[in-house]
Amino acid sequence: MKYIALVILMITPAFLFSQNNPSPAEILKKIDDNTISDSKVVISRMVIHGRRGERTVRAKTWQRNTSDSFTEYLDPPREKGTKMLKLGDQLWTYSPSTDRTIMISGHMLRQSVMGSDLSYEDMMEDPFLSSLYEGEIAGSGELLGRQVWIMDLTAKKDDTAYARRKIWVDKERYLILKEELYAKSGKLLKQVDIHEVKFIEGRWIAVSATYKDVLKEGDGTEMMIESISFDENIPDYIFSKASLRK
Amino acid sequence: MLIIKLALKNILGAGLRTWLNVIALSFSFVAIIYMQGLYNGMSDQMEKIAIEAEYAGGQYWHSSYDPFDPLTLDDAHGKIPDNLHTLIDRGEAIPILIRAASIYPNGRFQNALLKGIPPDQKILSIPSGVLENGGTSIPALIGGRMARSTGLKKGDYLTVRWRDTNGTFDADEFFISNIMKTDDSAIDNGQLWIPLEKMREMMDMKGEATIVVLKSGSRFAENAGGWNHKNLEFLMKDIRALFLTKSIGGSIFYIILLLLAMLALFDTQILSIFRRRKEMGTLMALGMTRGTLIQLFTLEGAIHSVLAAVAAAIYGIPLLTYSARTGFGLPESTDDFGLAIGNRIFPSFTGALVAGSILLVLTVTTIVSYLPARKIAKLEPTDALRGKMT
Repeated sequence: MKYIALVILMITPAFLFSQNNPSPAEILKKIDDNTISDSKVVISRMVIHGRRGERTVRAKTWQRNTSDSFTEYLDPPREKGTKMLKLGDQLWTYSPSTDRTIMISGHMLRQSVMGSDLSYEDMMEDPFLSSLYEGEIAGSGELLGRQVWIMDLTAKKDDTAYARRKIWVDKERYLILKEELYAKSGKLLKQVDIHEVKFIEGRWIAVSATYKDVLKEGDGTEMMIESISFDENIPDYIFSKASLRK
Repeated sequence: MLIIKLALKNILGAGLRTWLNVIALSFSFVAIIYMQGLYNGMSDQMEKIAIEAEYAGGQYWHSSYDPFDPLTLDDAHGKIPDNLHTLIDRGEAIPILIRAASIYPNGRFQNALLKGIPPDQKILSIPSGVLENGGTSIPALIGGRMARSTGLKKGDYLTVRWRDTNGTFDADEFFISNIMKTDDSAIDNGQLWIPLEKMREMMDMKGEATIVVLKSGSRFAENAGGWNHKNLEFLMKDIRALFLTKSIGGSIFYIILLLLAMLALFDTQILSIFRRRKEMGTLMALGMTRGTLIQLFTLEGAIHSVLAAVAAAIYGIPLLTYSARTGFGLPESTDDFGLAIGNRIFPSFTGALVAGSILLVLTVTTIVSYLPARKIAKLEPTDALRGKMT
């Protein structure tokens, strides 16, 4: 009995401590739990800053199981009706002006999406941080008025797109407030800065962010979420090539 | 022999009319030979440039490699088969590794091809020796067109991003070690040449290549474990097809010229037959058969082409020799058409080309001369003597 009491006494502070200071793996798991859902429908706005000014592109995206998504561009009129379908590791785009569906693969994946700082291959990335990376808490700090952990993530496998990431995670909301993506050589490639977060349907969501290809000149691409709903019942036909031409 | 003498006497006697026809025909001669020589020269030049810079003695391609399908590039790499390796070790072939990458010249994003080549190679005319010493940065060699389109200069640094064999992003600074002047846009546009071993290390593709280029004159064509042998015949197919099309298109110009000359000759023949009715009647009365008379008139027409060949030789040989030596200057913009020609085209005139052109003009002239002369077959000597044509 004494022995049990002693064990309880010993593990209690450790347990309490772990609640306040979760392990890196737990943090990554919680980040995934907060951001990933079975399905979601998002209306977003992308402000692309180019050399000749800026332009805004609005789109509606239906997403299923993180692997499949269907996007229809709503604005500007020039892009209206352009659609994009991602099924696993395959991607197609449909352009109404040419009435043609093109499979995006190989070198085409490196091309920019609508002239933004995002490439098609960025969209093909696996979003599960916990399964792809091993984390290490490098420090703590404050960002956007929130207490954050600064974490260094190293890819578990050789075939991960980014060998290393650095993330700033809200200690309370388990939401990434800033992210840096690095090449194998250690060179910084991309940077994501969150500007605004909202609590929607029980999740903390970044509703305004800037995505920047650091190697490129310019102010990056602003991403804004106008509306988002989770766990929607999306019909299967949406995720078919036939729906591109509809 | 008699009709040859008679024909010569007749056409020389026709004076200016004959010489006008001869001059018009000689223009056709020179134009045909010049145009064909120009296309031959262009084709020879393109083949020579392509052989020196790209194909050498033929190539072996990785089974997934298709230069016309960039989507295949990600998978188009593999270990070099043993028999090709032996050739490489003997200096009779070089491996080249090709991968897609993204470059950021002056902060702009652009797609590019990375090509790894052994710096000490001597098989292709690419000045890869400049890749030997890069210091701490990765040395890169680019062509003049690439330098113009990216604004890069010798000594500049360029950020390049690529994905290794596993798909992981990597990036580094490249140092532009030199800008090569090449007439072959296929080794220039959108391409960066870097040391092969460095590229293999970057891509995590030790001992791998996309293509193997054989030394010029190589007859090696063995089966190489799934790698496909492409001989010069295959590699040149497009260039030859292009020039066949160009040559056919270009022939329209001299066909028009030839038609004009033939029209003049046809008119001369018609006029000649009409004006020489009494002469024909006399000759028939003296015992010349209609067939011989037709031969005489046809021969008179055909001799025009012989005289035209002589006239063409008088001014054509110096003219064409001069043009073959000095070449034909091309405007700057031709460089952007993607044709590996260079700044000047040097026409190439062969004996077969000259003989073929003479034969063509002679045949056409003879046919055109014969057509009006057929009328003589219906000619009655008595009508002819009276100046009548039946």
